[in-house]
Amino acid sequence: MRYLPHTEADRATMLARIGVGAINDLFADVPADKRLAGLLDLPAAKSELEVERILGALAASNVAAGSGPFFVGAGAYRHHVPASVDHLIQRSEFLTSYTPYQPEIAQGTLQYLFEFQTQVANLTAMEVANASMYDGSTATAEAVLMAHRVTGRRKAVISGGLHPQYRAVVETISTMAGDRFVALAADPAGSEAILEAIDADTSCVVVQSPSFYGHLVDLKPIAEKAHAAGALLVAVFTEVVSLGLVEPPGAQGADIVVGEGQSLGNPLAFGGPYVGLFATRQNLVRQMPGRLAGETVDAEGRRGYVLTLSTREQHIRRGKATSNICTNSGLCALAFTIHMTLLGETGLRRVAAFCHANAVRLADSFSEVSGVSVLNDSFFNEFTVRVPGNAADVIDRLAGKGVLAGVPVSRLEPDKPELADLLVVAATELNTDADRAAYVAALKEVL
Amino acid sequence: MTTRYTRDHEWVRLDGDTAVVGISEYAQEQLGDVVFVELPPLGKTLAQGDEAAVVESVKAASEVYAPLAGEVIEVNQALADEPAMANQHPEGAGWFFKLKVGDRAAFDELMDGEAYERFLETV
Repeated sequence: MRYLPHTEADRATMLARIGVGAINDLFADVPADKRLAGLLDLPAAKSELEVERILGALAASNVAAGSGPFFVGAGAYRHHVPASVDHLIQRSEFLTSYTPYQPEIAQGTLQYLFEFQTQVANLTAMEVANASMYDGSTATAEAVLMAHRVTGRRKAVISGGLHPQYRAVVETISTMAGDRFVALAADPAGSEAILEAIDADTSCVVVQSPSFYGHLVDLKPIAEKAHAAGALLVAVFTEVVSLGLVEPPGAQGADIVVGEGQSLGNPLAFGGPYVGLFATRQNLVRQMPGRLAGETVDAEGRRGYVLTLSTREQHIRRGKATSNICTNSGLCALAFTIHMTLLGETGLRRVAAFCHANAVRLADSFSEVSGVSVLNDSFFNEFTVRVPGNAADVIDRLAGKGVLAGVPVSRLEPDKPELADLLVVAATELNTDADRAAYVAALKEVL
Repeated sequence: MTTRYTRDHEWVRLDGDTAVVGISEYAQEQLGDVVFVELPPLGKTLAQGDEAAVVESVKAASEVYAPLAGEVIEVNQALADEPAMANQHPEGAGWFFKLKVGDRAAFDELMDGEAYERFLETV
């Protein structure tokens, strides 16, 4: 039996009240060709055996990331995650608990969130971090909204090195909030003049480093110019492992640091769920979105953890809350925390050094391939390559040879034909010499 | 000096054309331990009823509204440094901000202490 609390009369009353004829009229904003006209063309019933057979065949048409040479990044990275991470997060206290924030019964959860925040603050060299956001892109959009609250200004300047999907999310969310933004042209060369775009109306400058195209950006002059104009610097990263080698954004003057934490603890998993990182300075903490775990003492003086500064949040502050996020990516944050704890500072630096060394060797190998050039003067584990002709076709031909060779920029920037010959290539500690040799050999064959 | 009150539980006292504004004894009691106040910027011009400040306790956050129209000429920095003053001396040292007001007539339309007491019995 389906439990449907509303009667037909209830629905008619509600529709009449909001002035809508039928429930389907509420979906008018969804383009007609994206709506399902009827039921899916599926058989009414199949046996378990048949379902396993059919879905197994469908799954077999995927090429798994670990099945061959894999150099795909552009916001999601394949790293080695120790088996102990998965084992620990499967404990039912963590895995199946829903919004476990009551201090009386959830000290374990609150403590790992506190430790997660401490790790994020240390990695970014910031003073305070929240208990996580949904992912890097929504964290970036929230940073833009926060900058508007802090400065009272409503124009964000967005670097052309920001991941195109992050830019799209920022544009969607800030537009809905009634804000403006200036998005600089895509910057594959890493040479944009962002300082000139900062003016007295600017709430924040949003800069990704390493950029979507892999360039390391010196944030200090941007921070100086932004601060002189009364604006904030929002520093973004998509590869958290980079913080094991590059100077953290907090040390370069960033006011808000946001990024994607997937690389630590979390598998690619078809693009999610991931974990957004969000850190800022102490004096801005009351404008920060998201949950925040704090350390305190109980009535007997024993250490304990509670959610704190909740008056920023929607369940108390209603429409004036700093964000409509009333949760966090708890399990992904836990995986991050366990992986980071297992690595420690030394381990993270070693993984980062491996990633960078593999990327350097790969970039060097491309010099053997005629017609292919690396655009970057600097990079961490990801860089941009110009290939003869259409990069998407090259990727398809390489996939035919079993090499998953990167992301054609046209896939994320389909409306910019000037970027169609560019390829973003990433390396991690998982790439072997054999992977690299296979990539270079296949590339020579398909060009 | 006469103290007058609003239905949003601000109090205001007028000295010449300077109005001192805070939250009432009843308001601080309802809020519980005040942990943070956000005061308006100096020079800001407020209409009567505009949001002027924010007061946060451990369990709630509320706006403090301008009981009269005017320009913010002083804020209580001591209160910002020690928000518990809003609990200890709500109608004295725990004042929030001072306004330079033009229209005294609006002041006389607010509730006096007795009227506010009667109003509290209805809330």
